[in-house]
Amino acid sequence: MSKVRVLVGTRKGAFILTSDGKRDKWEVSGPHFAGWEIYHVKGSPVDPNRIYASQTSGWFGQIIQRTDDGGKTWIQPGTPPGEPTTAPGGMPKGESNKFVYDTSAETGKPLTTHQWYDGNQHPWEFKRVWHLEPSLSDRETVYAGVEDAALFRSADGGKSWHELAGLRGHGTGPKWQPGAGGMCLHTIILDPSDPKKIYIAISAAGAFRTDDGGKTWRPINRGLKSPYIPNPEAEVGHCVHRIAMHRSRPGVLFMQKHWDVMRSDNSGDSWTEVSGNLPTDFGFVIDVHAHEPETVYVVPIKSDGEHYPLEGKLRVYRSRTGGNEWEALTKGLPQRDCYVNVLRDAMAVDALDKCGIYFGTTGGQVYCSADAGDNWAPIVRDLPAVLSVEVQTLP
Amino acid sequence: MIRVVLPPHLRGLARISGEVKLEIEGQPTQRAVLDALEASYPMLRGTIRDHVTQQRRPFLRFFACEEDLSHESPDALLPDAVVSGKEPLLIIGAIAGG
Repeated sequence: MSKVRVLVGTRKGAFILTSDGKRDKWEVSGPHFAGWEIYHVKGSPVDPNRIYASQTSGWFGQIIQRTDDGGKTWIQPGTPPGEPTTAPGGMPKGESNKFVYDTSAETGKPLTTHQWYDGNQHPWEFKRVWHLEPSLSDRETVYAGVEDAALFRSADGGKSWHELAGLRGHGTGPKWQPGAGGMCLHTIILDPSDPKKIYIAISAAGAFRTDDGGKTWRPINRGLKSPYIPNPEAEVGHCVHRIAMHRSRPGVLFMQKHWDVMRSDNSGDSWTEVSGNLPTDFGFVIDVHAHEPETVYVVPIKSDGEHYPLEGKLRVYRSRTGGNEWEALTKGLPQRDCYVNVLRDAMAVDALDKCGIYFGTTGGQVYCSADAGDNWAPIVRDLPAVLSVEVQTLP
Repeated sequence: MIRVVLPPHLRGLARISGEVKLEIEGQPTQRAVLDALEASYPMLRGTIRDHVTQQRRPFLRFFACEEDLSHESPDALLPDAVVSGKEPLLIIGAIAGG
């Protein structure tokens, strides 16, 4: 029977939740990296036992962790303890937590400033890794989305990182600005049909696409309307919270923007709103059913000033029509006095025949539905605030 | 022999318990101690000093002999009691936030 492994990042460590395909009895492992913020944990599709974790701290900075045995043991890729930190030729060995913005002459432009909260220009400063996206085809390649917004790639299993500087350098960088959570690159989607096509999203700059493996990028925000910025239909400046894709239709994208749920049928070239009958179209997460590419899930949140569900009722909304027509899913979820949030990387789906849907809350609950959202149950109730949830479906 | 006390998060990262004891070649300065510490425990690189600027991370402080050495030059000599091993160099996570 298949198994599932749920990878949970929290404010105070990582947790690994495992179950068989029934998904009714769970084993909980953790906290791993106790006391550290774990922004994201994600496994390689090529080798599911290889899992990367972004471990971070306001005091001690960024750490990258990796396991090659499904989470039993972890290492910081790079130089083992006691070994020289330089190679025989004197060059530094890879350092897995060294994220240095590219200022090389080859990439040309001085990528030095972006817009700050006060409207002035501000230098790019690395703060943390928000999202790790392992390659769909190469075990050693993994992408990192960081704050201040940039995309990095490692081709050696996380030992060393190099910026794909064409993203910051394509021209709109000075107009990017931080959202309330910082100027983070939080979404990385690799197109399974075209290894050169990558989508990313930044708060608050918007969505971007490369068609040449990361050398050149362009904004893909046409159709987004954000009344809270000076030009509501600007090329960049939109606070995109999350984008999701079904791997069978890589040209169809679904987006949870700050406000508005959006859809694109042309790889992001244009977007249309599909908020439809949602009670509020503010939210953070969005995901697509593993086997039904028109079935989409969101968790509506009251507003940008009140980050909790409407009326204290935690409800997932499902559309089976690719948007516009939404139904509330409530069975097993608290329907009174619930004031948690569900953060942008905290929803995932498994690939079992009856698709499982998972999400974590800032109240420390991780919920699972083993029947595509009809019924829900908590896997755990009392973790630290959940930052991210990923699921692996294992043989 | 110089003794260094790390904050709990960094002891966990380095997979050690208790103090670190370091032999320093040359002048006993903050920079020399941190260089030796990072050579023995490469996983600590970037966690105490910025990778590029080598500046102390903002929320970390250096104390010894009941004195705050955080704003001393990294090339200033450490107190004699630290150099002799009588007192440890304390690396402390500042209390910040609420």
